[in-house]
Amino acid sequence: MKLTLKIWRQKNPKAKGNFETYKMDDVSPKMAFLEMLDSLNKKLVEEDKDPVAFDHDCREGICGSCGMYINGHPHGPVPAITTCHLSMRYFKEGDTIWVEPWRAKPFPVIKDLIVDRNAFDKIQIAGGFISINAGAAPEANSILVQKNKSDDAFDAAICIACGACVAACKNASAMLFVSAKISQFALLPQGRVEAVDRARAMVEKMDEVGFGNCSNTGACEAECPKEIKLVNIARLFREYYKAY
Amino acid sequence: MGTLTSKIPDGPLAQKWTNYKASVKLVNPANKKKLEIIVVGTGLSGASAASSLGELGYSVKNFCYQDSPRRAHSVAAQGGINAAKNYQNDGDSVYRLFYDIIKGGDFRAREANVYRSAEVSNQVIDHLTALGVPFARDYGGTLDTRSFGGVQVSRTFYSKGQTGQQCLLGAYSSLNRQIKKGTVTMYPRREMLDLVIIDGKARGIIARNLLTGAIERHAAHAVVLATGGYGTVYFMSTLAVNSNASAAWKAHKKGAFFANPSFVQIHPTCVPQLNDFQAKLTLMSESLRNDGRVWVPKIKGDARPANDIPEEERDYYLERRYPAFGNLVPRDVASRAAKERCDAGFGIGETGLAVNLDFRDAIKKQGKKAIENKYGNLFHMYKTITGIDSYEEPMQIYPAGHYTMGGLWVDYELMTTIPGLYAIGESNFSDHGANRLGAGSLMQTSCDGYFILPNTISNYLADQISIPKFATDKPEFEETEKAVLERLNKLISIKGKQTASSFHKRLGKIMWDYCGMIRNEEGLTKALGLVDELKEEFWKDLNVPGKIDELNMELEKAGRVADYFELATLLITDALNRKESCGAHFREEYQTEDGEARRNDEEYAYVAAWEYTGEAKPHTLHKEELKFENVEMKVRSYK
Repeated sequence: MKLTLKIWRQKNPKAKGNFETYKMDDVSPKMAFLEMLDSLNKKLVEEDKDPVAFDHDCREGICGSCGMYINGHPHGPVPAITTCHLSMRYFKEGDTIWVEPWRAKPFPVIKDLIVDRNAFDKIQIAGGFISINAGAAPEANSILVQKNKSDDAFDAAICIACGACVAACKNASAMLFVSAKISQFALLPQGRVEAVDRARAMVEKMDEVGFGNCSNTGACEAECPKEIKLVNIARLFREYYKAY
Repeated sequence: MGTLTSKIPDGPLAQKWTNYKASVKLVNPANKKKLEIIVVGTGLSGASAASSLGELGYSVKNFCYQDSPRRAHSVAAQGGINAAKNYQNDGDSVYRLFYDIIKGGDFRAREANVYRSAEVSNQVIDHLTALGVPFARDYGGTLDTRSFGGVQVSRTFYSKGQTGQQCLLGAYSSLNRQIKKGTVTMYPRREMLDLVIIDGKARGIIARNLLTGAIERHAAHAVVLATGGYGTVYFMSTLAVNSNASAAWKAHKKGAFFANPSFVQIHPTCVPQLNDFQAKLTLMSESLRNDGRVWVPKIKGDARPANDIPEEERDYYLERRYPAFGNLVPRDVASRAAKERCDAGFGIGETGLAVNLDFRDAIKKQGKKAIENKYGNLFHMYKTITGIDSYEEPMQIYPAGHYTMGGLWVDYELMTTIPGLYAIGESNFSDHGANRLGAGSLMQTSCDGYFILPNTISNYLADQISIPKFATDKPEFEETEKAVLERLNKLISIKGKQTASSFHKRLGKIMWDYCGMIRNEEGLTKALGLVDELKEEFWKDLNVPGKIDELNMELEKAGRVADYFELATLLITDALNRKESCGAHFREEYQTEDGEARRNDEEYAYVAAWEYTGEAKPHTLHKEELKFENVEMKVRSYK
């Protein structure tokens, strides 16, 4: 396939970025999107030019490293997948593809398509844990957990912290991300003990590092590659209000 | 440097760990604060070690190359984590888990270490559950388990197909708790580029800040490597594309012996290569072989779509060769059989490097619904990647490099041959012998990080309490940093034509062709020459654009590939040295009449620990004899 790429290039956090145009002559529909970018980078390096910087690692949809805005959607136009799982077969001959980094104030651009998502870690550090030391745990089956609650906790726990929810939200809200962790622990008896304090600490940190409030549009749920549900945000509010 | 002392405690096998803990030297709480420990890596072993050491009160510095510790590649483990809980009342026990690991590893692991992991595994499940890891549960609220590759009990705890992610996020959460408390300082986007040794002891590391390119010095009383395996020496593997062996390799060059480098597990069921720019191979759980039938066409180069090939023209080669086990032969056997067919010209797909995994008969017999219930998520993932609907046509699969049983040599305390340097998780060699059993990796990494290292490290640190925190202006830091910069400068100033990845890809092909699933003397010898030639070309024609003191991903890759050239040579050397077949190491010359691995216990029941002796000099081999006092060495048979 022949394609035209319009990729956001930005030398460093302070530089003014712009879209660069790249003509791709030989894209196989069997390539993954990131492999297509690899092929562009190979060409650039061979010409001694600066390759396009982007975060990536596992390339199987689980580490959460990759993430870019592709044609106006976080992780591209196909629902429920990460950028690394996006196949070029979804594009057609002659397409122009626009590629941008996440756009959100708490995620400053580092270079090109790489953004700083450290704000996510800060929220987790504020309270995203159950306070127990190695060695202090009771026998695993001594606390029974209802299967449906455990399943719901799992469905929240599979968040990969890619940041698509923030990028999709017009308020740059991290509510879906934060609520996934608050829900997971609040649903389990092991996490219940600290549930209220946890909600307060994480929500306060979320505000402090600059994420907006929930916009109630549901864009986060629509774009989440792991299909984390909005119901988690309702749980977040329930736990948070108990704190006051 | 020289001798190997494995420091196995006296006493009966089942008492060794208890006895060890009762007599180990301790550090009092006030002194712990004064002792600094560097942990490199934030996978399940690194994050669990850093958090547990923080809980004990040590001052910990934790490093990872990713932007967040939560992204380390333990996150991608799918199937589950083993423990000897015997919740199913099916006869499981610590001894049985121990025995299965020893046998699965084809009698090439150290008894005492393996027994300890089996013993500690139960504590791991208790702890992960308490951390809020949502393991699968039964309707009564108890934890569920499932069966896994080749064992006769059900001892694998799991969270759907994301067990690694859930275990890692559990460790990440306890790490965060310690970061909040101030016991652990996190250094993300850092890559360890060398180890600093002062008076023969590991005292720090040189790291590169991957965002700014700044070279940093970090000092500590002890250094723990939790840096994973070296599977990406094959370029494409099931690992994350940035996974690398550089930290372990640098430590090796500073005196840590490297053990059994040729023991590499090739996983039989992975999505095959689809295009020339492919960066990795995605694993498809081996549970699929419960219902999928593996076959290739009987006619060489048959290009018809799979569904158009009639039954009598299909070769169900696993069922043909292994009538007793059929499609459920162990990983190494299934991998080798697929390679044999493809090499003979019967492979399918554009590249001819794939075989069919066909669910047609299972769907016919059990119905689509039943298959969907069992494997729905896997079929979905396969379709996401390839676009093929496996309910309608067979999956195409091929083996891929997966897990490295070899690694840095460690003693019972998980210390390497450098005092004060520890290696945990996949980066050490200790538990899996010549082949790892499914769901054994999450178990071992958690055991090492949560419960073993935090107990053993005090035995060393107790003697270090009088040593004040290190300043990083010592000449040893100076010299090591200088060497690191020299190497980076060398890489960046070659100014040739080819990318680091293109060299990596060619190196991977040599390794895959001659030192992959099947090895022989002729091929291995040839590979040594090919690696040398390519290495020479690399140092002449590499191109790395940009500068050292800025974000430069090409420079990162180049350094890792440069190290892989050296490791590749050692891997091949070890494979040449081991004139037997055992576990995943299959030497063509050493097989039984029916094509099974032929072990040579008389001459090779040892751990091959290699000592680095200098640039372009041959490694020195040290042998740690393996004594089996609690199990009988038998031939693994699947017939």
